[in-house]
Amino acid sequence: MKLYCLSGHPTLPCNVLKFKSTTIMLDCALDTTAALYFLPLPLVHSPRLSKLPGWELKECSGRVFVDSQPEFSLPERAAGSLQHRCDPHLKLSLHDGTPLHHRTYRLLMEELVTFMERVPKAHAASSWKNKEIQRLLPGPLKEVVDVCNWKKCYTLQEVNSALSKVQLVGYSQKVELFGAVQVTPLSSGYSLGSSNWIIQSHHEKISYISGSSLLTTHPQPMEQSSLKNSDVLILTGLTQIPTANPDGMLGEFCSNLAMTVRAGGNVLVPCYSSGVVYDLLECLYQFMDSANLGTTPFYFISPVANSSLEFSQIFAEWLCQNKQSKVYLPEPPFPHAELIQTNKLKHYPSIHGDFSSDFRQPCVVFTGHPSLRFGDVVHFMELWGKSSLNTIIFTEPDFSYLDALAPYQPLAMKCVYCPIDTRLNFHQVSKLLKDIQPLNVVCPEPYTQPPLAQPHRSDLMLELQPPPVSYRRCSVIPLPFRRRYERVQLLPE
Amino acid sequence: MPDIKVTPLGAGQDVGRSCILVSIGGKNIMLDCGMHMGFNDDRRFPDFTYITQNGRLTEFLDCVIISHFHLDHCGALPYMSEMVGYDGPIYMTHPTKAICPILLEDFRKITVDKKGETNFFTSQMIKDCMKKVVPVNLHQTIQVDDELEIKAYYAGHVLGAAMFQIKVGSESVVYTGDYNMTPDRHLGAAWIDKCRPDILISESTYATTIRDSKRCRERDFLKKVHETVERGGKVLIPVFALGRAQELCILLETFWERMNLKAPIYFSTGLTEKANHYYKLFITWTNQKIRKTFVQRNMFEFKHIKPFDRTYADNPGPMVVFATPGMLHAGQSLQIFKKWAGNEKNMLEVKLQVEYMSFSAHADAKGIMQLIRMAEPRNMLLVHGEAKKMEFLKDKIEQEFSISCYMPANGETTTVVTNPSVPVDISLGLLKRELELGGPLPDAKRPRTMHGTLIMKDNSLRLVSPEQALKELGLSEHQLRFTCRLQLHDPHSDADTLARIYTHLRSVMKSYSIQHVPDGTVIVESIVIKVTSSSEEPNLKVVLLSWSYQDEDLGSFLSALLKKGLPL
Repeated sequence: MKLYCLSGHPTLPCNVLKFKSTTIMLDCALDTTAALYFLPLPLVHSPRLSKLPGWELKECSGRVFVDSQPEFSLPERAAGSLQHRCDPHLKLSLHDGTPLHHRTYRLLMEELVTFMERVPKAHAASSWKNKEIQRLLPGPLKEVVDVCNWKKCYTLQEVNSALSKVQLVGYSQKVELFGAVQVTPLSSGYSLGSSNWIIQSHHEKISYISGSSLLTTHPQPMEQSSLKNSDVLILTGLTQIPTANPDGMLGEFCSNLAMTVRAGGNVLVPCYSSGVVYDLLECLYQFMDSANLGTTPFYFISPVANSSLEFSQIFAEWLCQNKQSKVYLPEPPFPHAELIQTNKLKHYPSIHGDFSSDFRQPCVVFTGHPSLRFGDVVHFMELWGKSSLNTIIFTEPDFSYLDALAPYQPLAMKCVYCPIDTRLNFHQVSKLLKDIQPLNVVCPEPYTQPPLAQPHRSDLMLELQPPPVSYRRCSVIPLPFRRRYERVQLLPE
Repeated sequence: MPDIKVTPLGAGQDVGRSCILVSIGGKNIMLDCGMHMGFNDDRRFPDFTYITQNGRLTEFLDCVIISHFHLDHCGALPYMSEMVGYDGPIYMTHPTKAICPILLEDFRKITVDKKGETNFFTSQMIKDCMKKVVPVNLHQTIQVDDELEIKAYYAGHVLGAAMFQIKVGSESVVYTGDYNMTPDRHLGAAWIDKCRPDILISESTYATTIRDSKRCRERDFLKKVHETVERGGKVLIPVFALGRAQELCILLETFWERMNLKAPIYFSTGLTEKANHYYKLFITWTNQKIRKTFVQRNMFEFKHIKPFDRTYADNPGPMVVFATPGMLHAGQSLQIFKKWAGNEKNMLEVKLQVEYMSFSAHADAKGIMQLIRMAEPRNMLLVHGEAKKMEFLKDKIEQEFSISCYMPANGETTTVVTNPSVPVDISLGLLKRELELGGPLPDAKRPRTMHGTLIMKDNSLRLVSPEQALKELGLSEHQLRFTCRLQLHDPHSDADTLARIYTHLRSVMKSYSIQHVPDGTVIVESIVIKVTSSSEEPNLKVVLLSWSYQDEDLGSFLSALLKKGLPL
């Protein structure tokens, strides 16, 4: 029984578990942070960006960017002795387990792909990837280690073909794999359809925790009791901003938004097309009237905006109790239905078309992509960046906001950083582990030491007895198991 | 032998008042709790005194499961839980939980407010009853207690209709509720995996009919509606507010759009509008086509169909009206029917035809057979149908699948003996040793005999090697040895006789290890052979044989062999 770790990133996991002659891939995360090394893809011609000095590599405010379609980093292909023969049906990815997550995943991927395909780049820069050249490059580009794993974005066809192989399951559904292992998804409370998994035989139990939340947001609360008595617990996806309290951030988000709008400025919120954006809209729904924002238009721009908003309303079974009971009335579970009905929230597939004629300022715009490298957000950065009246509010924790802003410098626009990451923090996770009592914990290496920037914060790491087994990219970990019994059936005679 | 008992309190050789009791592995489960539409007296509800003469049902039932929201499946629920008394869990799907209380309230209003009945459940009782409901998702395994688990499958009869698998250990029962094996305009087809239940309890409403294709019936329906409207007549369609109504709405809506018809379509207000809203929110329970297109266009937002107002009934010209409830006994249908029927007598330009068209979404004979093929049950039990038709289907099932098929009447108990296997935990060491002994891998599906010790401790069964069992239980091993004396006529000395025995055995038992030990014994495996001669008769030798219990077979073989004497 071994765990092959194909990604060392704590929140973008990809592990392969070999257990009782089955090979199971746990998550297969796409690392989009590599996009930050690239220049933004503008929707309309940008004289500023095209005038930047350089050819394949261009310089902007003292930093060098690759002028090409952004690429993403993939998990390691083959680690150690692992033969690459995973049956695709065995991939228990957090992103393609439950029907709902299947939906939101499809939307996210469709959005990403559309962002890319809308603005094709004639030239793909690749010569800089040459080791000899890369060695000579300045700054962060020089330190990137795995450029060979960087790949262009998928095509829609590839996304569809991958999704066609997905077998849909529901929470607490027991799925038998070849009669040897039983796997069960459990609600993880983080986003719609997100799940933790239990992989068990009759005598051994492995829990896989990835991106869980104990806060009351829109999804079904995290199921904890089924995680009890695990032999091994694989822990990934804790909060990326352990020092920020999501509630406090939400408050800050609202007050900054109100302040800017009152002063006549526009607010730009770079976000994903599903997830926290539902909570933001719900929060604003309650906040707007009391803050006298009743007349300010809210725009949600994404190729999948409509689908995302519609889909959120029809999966009541996957929502928290509060939202579930609304459907019994019958009312839509999310208040954004009312925002749309009263014309306070409008959604568009892109800035082209209807949006340009409806567009009124000051306004609040929710749009992607949060990396600020592609998507409609690039246009708003170019449009609003020069005025100090406007504000950009970062809520997604996946990207460093300073890096995201780098190619737009110098910038007059106000920048507010309110990362909202509802995933478990170290305090919550140690309490959780005390409750569910796993015999062994396996986690990515960063969780076993304090953050690099705050070496004295020993509260920002996992302290357990026995100490957790840590892994990094390409580790192969033997799981501490002693199989002693097996289940057989006795005939009554 | 363990068995499973099934007793219908309702729906046994009958349609309506579905309520089936199942006892499995020491658990008692009530499947559905419906009312009978045809009765207004005590026969309306199932006879719960069958369970207990007096007092509450809580201690006699482990759980109650409701398959879908039709009143003949859930109508007696508040009566059972609040008036008779039941506080345990009631399981149903989310859409059923949402819609069921509305229909119950509607039913209560008609019975109490309109017909003036007393001693009926109240609105508060419906609310209290619904508080006991635990909603389930499709395919989710719900652990009712440590032993009893249930799982819901899609049934496609109405929104949220489900089939349920009930499982205790290795014994299981599947109850279909009402189901439909052919997808219709708004719902998908029922599906179940090959779960091989001990009993499959299936509805059999259309046991003998193999219905003509749906398309034909739809075409007939549309033709009749179209003709009537063309002639300027009015069409009254009595339907239940939920289920069939939505399918017919979709059908008419698309037809109106295609033919560009202008005649108004009305839907009786209130309940039905609300019903359409439920369909919008629970769209994940509809069929694939509706689910796929709902972002572009929600099929349940109708353009041509408007809410009905009482005064419209007097409007001139053609119109189509959907009115509730389905049976023309009470409610709006009746009011409009009286009005229009009267109009015909007055020779107005209204043609009123009564057409019976079956649009009920039940499985037909073909569908039932299809489900049997899917689930592969060991036994079949029919409910929710007419006795005569059941009989016919029962014969057909027994013939085609060679499984027993039962059709108990109400109050009659069917007992099915099960043959559950006993799960035990085998120590890995013993398993590996056994596999090595068995040579190449044994046929995985065939049982095999093996040697081991079964330890029953703390409610668990473990199979381990004898040595480990002894060690664990702190017992010392007792050797059981058999000794036997044989008399043998042999005129040689003791030592020679022994040597002759040795050679004899060597020649007969070639594959065994046979030793001649200098202290005057011959040892075959664990068997010891000694020779002494009696003092009186030197020619009469006494052969001592001693073997352990494990070598019983070999020991008795040897003694038989030596009894025959030695070769000269």
